[in-house]
Amino acid sequence: MNLQTFLSPSITDIETLELDMYRAMLLARRLDERMWALNRQGHGHFAVPCAGHEATGAGFAFALDTTRDYLVPHHRDVSALLVWGLTPRDILCHYLGKAPDPAGAGRQMYAHWGSRRLRIYSLSSVMSGHVSHAVGIALAAKYRREENVTWCGFGDGSSSKGDVHESMNFAAIHKLPIVFCCENNQLAISVPQSKQMAVENVADRAAGYGFPGVVVDGMNPLAVHECARVAVERARRGDGPTLIEAKVYRYMPHTSNDDDTRYRTREEVERARERDPLKTFRAQLYAEQLLDEKSETALESQVRTAVDDAADFALNAPELNAADTFKQVYGVVR
Amino acid sequence: MHKSIIETIRDTLRSEMARDERVFILGEDVGVLGGVFRATDGLYNVFGAERVIDTPISELAIIGVAIGAAGVGLRPIAEIEFADFIHSAFDQIVSEAAKLRYRTNGDWTCPLVIRTPYGGGIHGAIYHSQSIEATFAHFPGIKIVAPSTPYDAKGLLRAAIADPDPVLYLEHKKTYRAIKGEVPDEDYIVPIGKAQVKRAGSDLSIFAYGMMLHESLAAAETLAHEDISAEVIDLRSLLPMDWETIFESVRKTNRALIVHEDTCTMGLGAEIGARIAEQAFLDLDAPIMRVTGPDLPGVPFNEIGEQTFMVNAQKIADAARRLAAF
Repeated sequence: MNLQTFLSPSITDIETLELDMYRAMLLARRLDERMWALNRQGHGHFAVPCAGHEATGAGFAFALDTTRDYLVPHHRDVSALLVWGLTPRDILCHYLGKAPDPAGAGRQMYAHWGSRRLRIYSLSSVMSGHVSHAVGIALAAKYRREENVTWCGFGDGSSSKGDVHESMNFAAIHKLPIVFCCENNQLAISVPQSKQMAVENVADRAAGYGFPGVVVDGMNPLAVHECARVAVERARRGDGPTLIEAKVYRYMPHTSNDDDTRYRTREEVERARERDPLKTFRAQLYAEQLLDEKSETALESQVRTAVDDAADFALNAPELNAADTFKQVYGVVR
Repeated sequence: MHKSIIETIRDTLRSEMARDERVFILGEDVGVLGGVFRATDGLYNVFGAERVIDTPISELAIIGVAIGAAGVGLRPIAEIEFADFIHSAFDQIVSEAAKLRYRTNGDWTCPLVIRTPYGGGIHGAIYHSQSIEATFAHFPGIKIVAPSTPYDAKGLLRAAIADPDPVLYLEHKKTYRAIKGEVPDEDYIVPIGKAQVKRAGSDLSIFAYGMMLHESLAAAETLAHEDISAEVIDLRSLLPMDWETIFESVRKTNRALIVHEDTCTMGLGAEIGARIAEQAFLDLDAPIMRVTGPDLPGVPFNEIGEQTFMVNAQKIADAARRLAAF
């Protein structure tokens, strides 16, 4: 049971779009909570919570054409990955490192996405190592006169690395069909933005490359969606890259192995909860009468069923076997 | 046709680009200038700026962009202007290109060729003379070839372009114009992973590649006049290495001399020596020997300093005499 089974058949109006974005955000959040619980129960070695990043993922994903556009994701882009077609089963098999994991049959730790079939490029653990790959994918689109766009996510932490500079410069020179999206949660594990950069906005750096940089509230899916739509259109018509900086908040520790009480107060986290997109966007949907108690209960139940099914499936899925551990070092020379 | 190595590389690039539209070149000065060594001379005029891309000085992006393009079906040939500058892209090569197939269980792959000139002896000093093969040979997932003849330069380059995985194609810059040979016009491939016996012998085996192959052949010629019969093997592929050809030669001559210009400690000679000791110990009549560049941070600019660093036929012959007499 994947997200698509409870999305609208087609998005024809803003109301449908809002509901679909909320569905993606909710499923991402509930999967996130389940992974954390499983981790604390001793299932799985490593959780990477996406809580706080869901609105950004859902916002941009619905602005792209998932049947032809490439996603080179941020590690916490679960909501976008669901829209792109990863299923809850895929995600929990990836979380547990089981053989059906589409990202690599359990070779990589959780949140290192990838699916060639779905045009989701593979991530390593090296921060911003994937950004130049996204530029290469966009270069290939231009080279072949294809009209696909590449969406490249990365964090504020990644933005400090040389990879990002070289990649943005290269993409700008060739006016490539790419959108760079810095999901700025103001923390590189424990290091706050003030120790990462001397500027307020990562997006300001776009001026140095000669393309637009835009700051958007990443906790507002509609704002992200509008911003992404403009950037994607610009990329698709051949006018080149855009850098979007989505300001978000990471509610959970960096990973299940992190202790965030060492670098931020509980009060700060609680205060940020007021801006939780699941909460604020839900309230908006209620106010717009797109959601009521009855439909919300039905949606929660649907999501719960999907998460339960995925957890059962993943917990019972086969492990990577020892013989397969030696496979795929090199391909077959023809 | 009789050609130099640089002409052979250029002609092979041209014919492969003409054959396959997916093949393109990116690197510093590869376009209008034709490369600092002219390896891509004329290709810009034939194929245009989209297929011969002059890049900014961004080694990381050259490799990273090529990895991305390779992943979605193109066949990039990335040039790193001098091997000494490849380390800015080290992470992209060893963390990304080398691991992509494995980490995705074969879902995403990286059919990428990285060409780069390496080696000393041309007054290139510390940062235009390094040999980098040992560093990269430690990483499963990439392949490394180092042709020493025009024939192999073509055959291995074609094999590298056709290969489904990242191949580091190392060009010893001293061989570019110094080494000439016959290159057939027809298509052929020299398979990656196959060494070749260049000179048969019975008293000892010399294993070498790149420019050192030619120094070793010159040494073998000198030794022949002293009634020492040296077998000379061109390794050609450094990763994967053709262990069977190496062991076969050691079984025949019972003495092994490994030659490389790269520095000694933790170099390819250490691995080759260890494998021979593991697999052919009882065939050995003498300790395994190495002739390598000295363990110095670089090749000095000064002429005397450079000559002191460089491995040559005389140093190889001296070592071979000691080995034969053991």
